[in-house]
Amino acid sequence: MAEAALATRAPAAAGAALLSVRGLEAWYGESHVLHGISFDVGEGEVVTLLGRNGAGKTTTLKSIIGILQKRRGSIVFEGVETIRMPSRQIARLGIGYVPEERGIFSSLSVEENLFLPPQVRPGGLPVERIFELFPNLRERLSSQGTKLSGGEQQMLSIARILRTGARMLLLDEPTEGLAPVIVEQIGRTIAELKKQGFTIILVEQNFRFASTVADRHYVVEQGRVVDMILNSELDQNVDKLHAYLGV
Amino acid sequence: MTTILGVPTAALFGQLLLGLINGSFYAILSLGLAVIFGLLNIINFTHGAQYMMGAFVAWMLLNWAGLGYWWALLIAPIAVGITGVILERNLISQLASNDKIRSLLFVISAILTFLLCYVGIGWSEGTSLAAALLVGAVFGAVWAHVARERISTAEGHVDHLYGLLLTFGLALIIQGLFRNAYGSSGLPYQIPRELTGGQNFGFMFMPNYRGWVVVASLVVCLATWFVIEKTRLGAYLRAATENPTLTQAFGINVPRLVTITYGFGVGLAALAGVLAAPIYSVNPNMGADLIIVVFAVVVIGGMGSILGSIVTGFGLGLIEGLTKVFYPEASSTVIFIIMAIVLLIKPAGLFGRAA
Ligand SMILES: Nc1ncnc2c1ncn2[C@@H]1O[C@H](COP(=O)(O)OP(=O)(O)OP(=O)(O)O)[C@@H](O)[C@H]1O
Ligand SMILES: [Mg+2]
Repeated sequence: MAEAALATRAPAAAGAALLSVRGLEAWYGESHVLHGISFDVGEGEVVTLLGRNGAGKTTTLKSIIGILQKRRGSIVFEGVETIRMPSRQIARLGIGYVPEERGIFSSLSVEENLFLPPQVRPGGLPVERIFELFPNLRERLSSQGTKLSGGEQQMLSIARILRTGARMLLLDEPTEGLAPVIVEQIGRTIAELKKQGFTIILVEQNFRFASTVADRHYVVEQGRVVDMILNSELDQNVDKLHAYLGV
Repeated sequence: MTTILGVPTAALFGQLLLGLINGSFYAILSLGLAVIFGLLNIINFTHGAQYMMGAFVAWMLLNWAGLGYWWALLIAPIAVGITGVILERNLISQLASNDKIRSLLFVISAILTFLLCYVGIGWSEGTSLAAALLVGAVFGAVWAHVARERISTAEGHVDHLYGLLLTFGLALIIQGLFRNAYGSSGLPYQIPRELTGGQNFGFMFMPNYRGWVVVASLVVCLATWFVIEKTRLGAYLRAATENPTLTQAFGINVPRLVTITYGFGVGLAALAGVLAAPIYSVNPNMGADLIIVVFAVVVIGGMGSILGSIVTGFGLGLIEGLTKVFYPEASSTVIFIIMAIVLLIKPAGLFGRAA
């Protein structure tokens, strides 16, 4: 089957994948949105999900973290089947989620936002390291969370899950609507996190940005994974990708 | 005789003190409602009954177990809080569940146990009710464990209306049981020996117990505010109130927070009941009478606002007291008049954030 072939082409799939998604289907109420998503992510990889608006990228991340409860298929993380788990249990396996809307709490200060997610594993980044990555946050600790600029909110949203010890990060369009300097900073951060051994699934519209940080790209179309492109082969596949993304 | 605006100062301060005392109860009760509403998004109509239960538990502790006021202050909120936890787990939270068997099992086993204890063995209503809740809770918990694979609590909040009907029905059942057992005439409860007597300030006389009620209520309210606004647990609560789904996605057990919060809010009501026992007599209707005013306080303060419920509670108590001095005819309606005005001008309440 084509999906299986896509997955085995993944270099990381040679060993056991850290995360392995098979035949994932998901619903919002009665509306069937994912129709069998399959892909693998190896330990330490940065993998993107690319696709047009409404393709199902966000829904895929929500299904992995378990926010979307009406889902079927298989999602195995570190050998553990999570498809029936509530999100709080999945998070505790060591998956950190950065939602598309950033999810900064307005009733919490920046500091409270930063320290909200509980430690799920040992070995999270120390706060000092986090302030090195995002120096802006240090000065704003006592502000209300949503008083931060969009870029700062994005940094806070990433920062707070780095503390928890989660080794797999789900980032949903972290560059959306941000100024080029901020996008650059977030790119450097992702590169740095990769160097530190984090495994990342990155949802992106901006594939030029994606190509600067990712190892592989999965193309999502109408609730299915339709292609996988290695970053090293991106140049040969630009036309194909443009067709997929409709740019 | 000294007067202010033609009113004798002693009368004025006497009414202000009375207002402050009523305000103390308004504040604790509306605070409990606000805490519960914030996280559960339901208006807890059982609140008045739970306040009454607090007073009755104090009475039972004294008359059945010889445990006095100070023990009651500790034990009654915990005991009534536990009944709240049982109701939340087995009924209120189940409104949002796809599995109705747990509530059904809970209700049926509780009713059968009650009949067995009350009619069969001949225990009192109170004891039979406690036994019924415990047995129901055990059945509910066993079922939840057996069926945990199949149960999913739906995302989002329960429809207001269902929560309202459920908690209102529970209030009627609880009040009915207590009326049946203890009549409506009320049971006496003595002021603890340490707090009898009073202070003469010259311009007014203040009974010690009343002073204690005001101070105790202030301390409890401020402590609650502090926990919610300044601690890590409070940050969890605020986060879960604002966005339960995302809070859960960080690994925080939101259903457990909800249960704890409901138990705590109910415990606050029971604490108010114990404080009230020596002032008003212990009466099955005491909650039903008070809670209507408290709902008005909540509406004025703003649904779910913590600080709002405290300030409005004390403030409205004082305004009510002043009305008694200057225009006694309006004293029982002034709060509702204010409520109507606030609803017209600022529908979200004085301290509420517009939705
Ligand atoms: N809460 C919801 N209720 C119902 N349908 C939804 C909901 N959220 C998304 N959808 C639908 O599900 C489909 C997939 O949406 P999803 O948000 O996963 O897309 P996406 O790939 O993340 O798009 P974008 O690039 O715009 O963020 C779309 O058709 C969308 O309209
Ligand atoms: Mg999206």
